[in-house]
Amino acid sequence: MATVTKTLGLLPRPTAQTGFWSWVTTVDHKRIGIMYLFAALFFFLVGGLEAFFIRLQLMQPDLSVVKASTFNALFTMHATTMIFMAVMPLLAAFMNFLLPLMIGARDVAFPRLNAFSYWNYLLGGLFLNTSWIFAFVKPGSVPDSGWFGYANLTSRQFSDGMGPDFWTLGLLMLGIGTLISGFNFLVTIVNMRAPGMTLMRMPIFVWTTLVTSVLVIFAFPAITVALFMLMFDRTFAANFFNVDSGGMVVFWQHLFWTFGHPEVYILILPAMGIVSEILPTFARKPLFGYSVMVFSSSLIGFMGFTVWSHHMFAVGMGPVVNTIFGLTTMAIAIPTGVKIFNWLATMWGGRVRFTTPMLFALGFIMCFTIGGLSGFMHALPPSNTQQTDTYFIVAHIHYVLIGGSIFAIFGGIYYWFPKMFGRLLSEKLGKWNFWITFIGFNTFAFPFHFLGLYGMPRRVYTYSAGYGWEFWNLVSTIGVFILTAGISLFLINVIATLRKPANAPADPWDARTIEWTIPSPPPVYNFAVVPQITARDHFWYEKYPDGEHGKAKKAKVPAKGGDHGIHMPGQSYMPALVALGIFVLGYGGLFSSVLVASSGFVLILLGVYGWAFEGDGGTVIEAGGEG
Amino acid sequence: MGLTRRLSRIVSLLALALSGAVLSGCGQSLKQTPFDPAGPVARAQLDLLKLSLWFAIGIGAFVTLALLFVVFRFREKKGDTSIPKQIHGSTKLEIAWTFIPIVILAIVGVPTVSTAFSTKAPKDPNALVVKVVGHQWWWEFQYPDLGIVTANELYIPAHKDVQILLTSDDVIHSFWVPKLAGKMDVIPGRTNKMWFNAEREEMYYGQCAELCGPSHANMRLRVHAVSQTNFDSWVAERKAGAKEPADSVARAGMDLFMGKSPSKANCITCHTVDGTKAQGKTGPNLTNIGSRSSLAAGIVENTDEYLRQWIRDPKSLKPGVTIMPMHPNLTDEELNAIVTYLRGLK
Repeated sequence: MATVTKTLGLLPRPTAQTGFWSWVTTVDHKRIGIMYLFAALFFFLVGGLEAFFIRLQLMQPDLSVVKASTFNALFTMHATTMIFMAVMPLLAAFMNFLLPLMIGARDVAFPRLNAFSYWNYLLGGLFLNTSWIFAFVKPGSVPDSGWFGYANLTSRQFSDGMGPDFWTLGLLMLGIGTLISGFNFLVTIVNMRAPGMTLMRMPIFVWTTLVTSVLVIFAFPAITVALFMLMFDRTFAANFFNVDSGGMVVFWQHLFWTFGHPEVYILILPAMGIVSEILPTFARKPLFGYSVMVFSSSLIGFMGFTVWSHHMFAVGMGPVVNTIFGLTTMAIAIPTGVKIFNWLATMWGGRVRFTTPMLFALGFIMCFTIGGLSGFMHALPPSNTQQTDTYFIVAHIHYVLIGGSIFAIFGGIYYWFPKMFGRLLSEKLGKWNFWITFIGFNTFAFPFHFLGLYGMPRRVYTYSAGYGWEFWNLVSTIGVFILTAGISLFLINVIATLRKPANAPADPWDARTIEWTIPSPPPVYNFAVVPQITARDHFWYEKYPDGEHGKAKKAKVPAKGGDHGIHMPGQSYMPALVALGIFVLGYGGLFSSVLVASSGFVLILLGVYGWAFEGDGGTVIEAGGEG
Repeated sequence: MGLTRRLSRIVSLLALALSGAVLSGCGQSLKQTPFDPAGPVARAQLDLLKLSLWFAIGIGAFVTLALLFVVFRFREKKGDTSIPKQIHGSTKLEIAWTFIPIVILAIVGVPTVSTAFSTKAPKDPNALVVKVVGHQWWWEFQYPDLGIVTANELYIPAHKDVQILLTSDDVIHSFWVPKLAGKMDVIPGRTNKMWFNAEREEMYYGQCAELCGPSHANMRLRVHAVSQTNFDSWVAERKAGAKEPADSVARAGMDLFMGKSPSKANCITCHTVDGTKAQGKTGPNLTNIGSRSSLAAGIVENTDEYLRQWIRDPKSLKPGVTIMPMHPNLTDEELNAIVTYLRGLK
């Protein structure tokens, strides 16, 4: 193995292949994807614990399980954690692990930036959650103005603690890594597809990754601007949202939702991509209407920028503005509905196998549809004013995010677990996992529809008896216990399976896309020879040629693996170092400490300098041998 | 997989049945449900909601049943390893299931647009004007044309258009009385407008519907829709100002209220009692506190016990409240006197 180590930077490129430092310095998209998966599952449990306390407090009227201000912190952190630290990174885990494999590449376009995105996420998530620790000494440290942080509740005048500062800085930090990943994936898809893989031969999951990346690139700047404005108001006495000095509080809402609406499509499109990969495999038929699915995904992405004020129908913008946004919102139902019908048609005439990933995909179709339909109900401005800020919206959110995104993610984990870890999760435990989770989720979330239509507002730490809300609140909390049991089964399945020997075959499911052509788990270089693609679902037609596709030509394997071996990107300390610098800078900003902020800044500078000058690095793996 | 199918079917049927229960008019026993409209605005909004709800239930049931049918009908039979025909798509189907949703949206879109404009403003040019000012965590109601101010419990004449102007003194709140109309946000630096017309002479429940701090859940309100005659006499009583307290206990309470011993109580700093020297504007107007149905913005019933607790330790009823101070220096006797005085302010 030839190693290129000449460097002008601070540290030589690390070369450890195993052990702790090999993970800290890895730039391998597969390892990064696995780290995202475990970190995100951890934060998912944190967010779940926060939800647990919320539901305990609301189980009955006038309980005192938690204080009012603690409750506000719980729902703020629950949503912020679930959106930014659980669902997005879980989807990122899939995008990271699968994207190069699905397009026949060896890694993403910018491997060190990819690693940086991960460390930035982990440290940003930890930063935000240390607010709970600070709360023991300084009340008001945990963000408690909602995950949407409306001005002017978040102003220093009305929120004097560190809560909004933790929130602002934490989200700014998390946003850096997300934006970078957006660019990374977009460039990878545009530039690094294997020969013959035209855009319309890409797996649909790659398409949803593409659209999601574009959404990230255009949406995150909006929230970045809003957060900077809020930070300036709080730290430097700016007046963006200060009404007494001519500021406008509604401006925050416009900026936030310009980000916030595309964000929900960022949360669901990759999940739809996962479902679109699972269904064809377990129906043994291609995705019905692939081109329409591609077009619908792109349309949903684009139209996602035209609807943001449907979060503001009660703000008083008037019937003209409200109607326009109501109509654009209704329009998004069209491509979304088209997708649902195409999924059903994919299975029509197929041979449906009820494996655990398939059960989650089917659960997704049913539950996401319910969530989408309540969303359609919210779209009509006059009746929206009776639904907004009530539990009817909470119902919608949880149906699309749990019944939608989380179900797809669980399905994806069961589906790609063998590829990632070389072992198949237990099907028996998997089915118990699915059914208990499905029943628990519906028991927990369906009552929210009733509570909302009975007039229960959101974000209330308690309620009085006599409004008709007691029964469904109790049912919902019981549902949480069932859901917890289901998720516990999932964790048990993962832990037990990881202890088993890694002996899964390359293609355990008889699937269609090229990630299933390589061993489980893949070697570090993914493909020994870059595949030549001749069709969509190329692998399937290699296995099962038919009249239409003929026998897909298997790529010629050269007798001597090429003349210059496989060049793999080199490991590096710098991504983690820069992320650490940002982490320290965050605390410097939080405490307005020049010392801490400067230390963070120095670490960033050192990291960037080392990054720029550490040289090409990389290892060359000779054909015929492992690296 | 009969068990799968049966379980899923039970779940969906249950959901349908329960949704039906919501629509079947059990609205009367629910204090804050939009499904019991008591005015034209709430009714128009509910009609639209019901239209969309029927479509939602119908489409949801259709998709669920189609899903169950497809997976059952095309499940892989044991031992069958054949590959089904690899169909890629159908232009006809794509057109059909694009076109039909567009038709549904048109059916829903037309009443959406018309309701948005028909509920925009009251028809009556002589609508009663009420200005709502949101505070953390109570409601101020001003009647600019009548020259009176009250708090937390809004009195209106039934069968009359009421034009509501909304603004906030601090953060964003949202004014929501579901049986009368959908909510409208209460925003600092901005005046929003809404209206309603109460068709029934009864009390309506409402609540703030925008997160506004620790006691957001404790910012409730009530609307009393009374006959025009009763409303007119209520207005006249308000304008006449508070009556002199009847007995000595109430008089002692009044003295304490007016700040005779500021270290014990100094209520006039923040509160107004019309016709007296109490003209404080920071807190709710207390001119008719004795006859309100609830206290502290609708969170507890108006009993002497709660009134004592509220004065003694407001935080115990409303977490986070800082403007209304505690009154630890009042003896029980003094506290009772104040309560007696307030009880007489009807």
